[in-house]
Amino acid sequence: MRLSRAARVTLGTVTTLILAVIYLPLFVVFVNSFSTSTNLTWPPPGFTLEWWGKAFQNAGALEGITTSVQIALAATAISLILGTMISLALQRFDFFGRDAVSLLVILPIALPGIVTGIALNNFFRTILDVRLGIATIIVAHATFCIVTVFNNVIARLRRMGTSLEEASADLGAGVWTTFRLVTFPQLRSALLAGGLLAFALSFDEIIVTTFTAGAGVTTLPIWILDNLFRPNQAPIVNVIAVVLVIVSIVPIYLAQRLSGSEQLQK
Amino acid sequence: MTSTPTTARAGDSLTESPARKVSVFLSQHARVRLGLLLSAPLFWLGLVYIAALAALLITAFWTVDSFTGQVQTTWTLDNIITVLTGSLYQTVTLRTVGVALLVTIVDILVALPIAFFMAKVASPRLQRILVIAVLMPLWASYLVKVYAWRSVLSQGGIAEWIAQPFGGSSPGYGLPATIITLAYLWLPYVILPIYAGLERVPNSLLEASSDLGAKTWRTLGSVVLPMLWPAIIAGSIFSFSLSLGDYITVNIVGGANQLLGNLVYTNVGAANNLPLAAAIALIPIAIMVVYLTAARRTGALNNL
Repeated sequence: MRLSRAARVTLGTVTTLILAVIYLPLFVVFVNSFSTSTNLTWPPPGFTLEWWGKAFQNAGALEGITTSVQIALAATAISLILGTMISLALQRFDFFGRDAVSLLVILPIALPGIVTGIALNNFFRTILDVRLGIATIIVAHATFCIVTVFNNVIARLRRMGTSLEEASADLGAGVWTTFRLVTFPQLRSALLAGGLLAFALSFDEIIVTTFTAGAGVTTLPIWILDNLFRPNQAPIVNVIAVVLVIVSIVPIYLAQRLSGSEQLQK
Repeated sequence: MTSTPTTARAGDSLTESPARKVSVFLSQHARVRLGLLLSAPLFWLGLVYIAALAALLITAFWTVDSFTGQVQTTWTLDNIITVLTGSLYQTVTLRTVGVALLVTIVDILVALPIAFFMAKVASPRLQRILVIAVLMPLWASYLVKVYAWRSVLSQGGIAEWIAQPFGGSSPGYGLPATIITLAYLWLPYVILPIYAGLERVPNSLLEASSDLGAKTWRTLGSVVLPMLWPAIIAGSIFSFSLSLGDYITVNIVGGANQLLGNLVYTNVGAANNLPLAAAIALIPIAIMVVYLTAARRTGALNNL
């Protein structure tokens, strides 16, 4: 099939339009963060740096960031360990129930977030009788972060093959030594990419979080949600939103660098 | 020497520390190795997740004491009957499924041309840039994106400003705004599998089709689409499932409309009726089970 020139140009135009719609809302938030209007009118009646100054002194927002980072770090650590173990088991072994296990890993993200949320809420409150708090959020986040690590690691294991590990075993290295010196170094960038994704996923999560957070804990997304509808706070939400988008460029850049260097190695 | 003579290897003659023995044992017993690798993840997922889902199912058959607000473990079908026969629940279920279906259709219609352009028209360099451009909004916070659409669609916002010269108006806050915003949120999840699916369609097939005289549309319909179905369905699982469970977006841009998620949320929080909330949550679970079973037949699950 050779596309005519007209078809190519049409496709190109449609693609450009779609990308414009994808970026328009983020652009609007960026401009609004400098707007003197507090009710999202367009075009902005005037520009000010007032909200940017206020945002960096907002105790609630800063506390939310700290809490979110703590939760995301813990959830990422747990999901890195469990995700690697389960990838090794599913990629290097053939066993009865393998399909069921791989379905089990994707289930927490395949089911709607609200189902995961209420299931865990009910489990913690009614069945286990634990107080909701940071710990329950970490458990919930780790559960659905496992899959991002799993996806990255299993793809890497598939490409690695087993010859190097077999060579290492033939030369007398034990199971642990082989993992530490042969398998792990090859997995490192996949773990970093999966870990970054898990961190981002946890940092951003709101639906499961509202069900497992309890009264006293405010993560950044919860803070944003609480302040969204308050006219005085809305401009500060704009600033936080812009900062979040800018900060998120760092992990994208890193993840891209990682997959870029992989392509060179191939 | 205490180790079995059949496994004498170069390394065995070094030291016979306990750690070494464990290592030798493990390398000889693949099943034990597998068991250890599986133990912690299965313990976690089984104990935390499957147990929680099972408990949810059971709680749906319990009831709440209207005086103390405590969950009572007496078995009853009341919640299930309420959810199945109550007109509120029927309306909201239909509305939620309708929204999820429309979101999925919009996403597929938007994803097809852009994925096709990325996979079959763009140069390798442009292709890489486009993948990043599509992925980038995924990293922006969910709430930020919903909030951004609230800004776009607000009264006197940019949508009104753009539409007014053409005699149009902004859809404002409501179900259309909810559909637009959800479609926007899940678009990358739909584009990526379709793009990956198109990458797997060899160009030689397309050329063969045109050499045999097929026009562009014929090739797309008879060659590309049949190969692409699993990828499209894989993408639709995300947009459909994520839309079914969403209640935040509809809160922010949906006006007064309620979806299933809102009903679950009010019953967990304000109404403090966990058993009823659990019964309502069974609706999206049942819908997703049907959807996933149907998707499995098409082989779409391997495209996730």
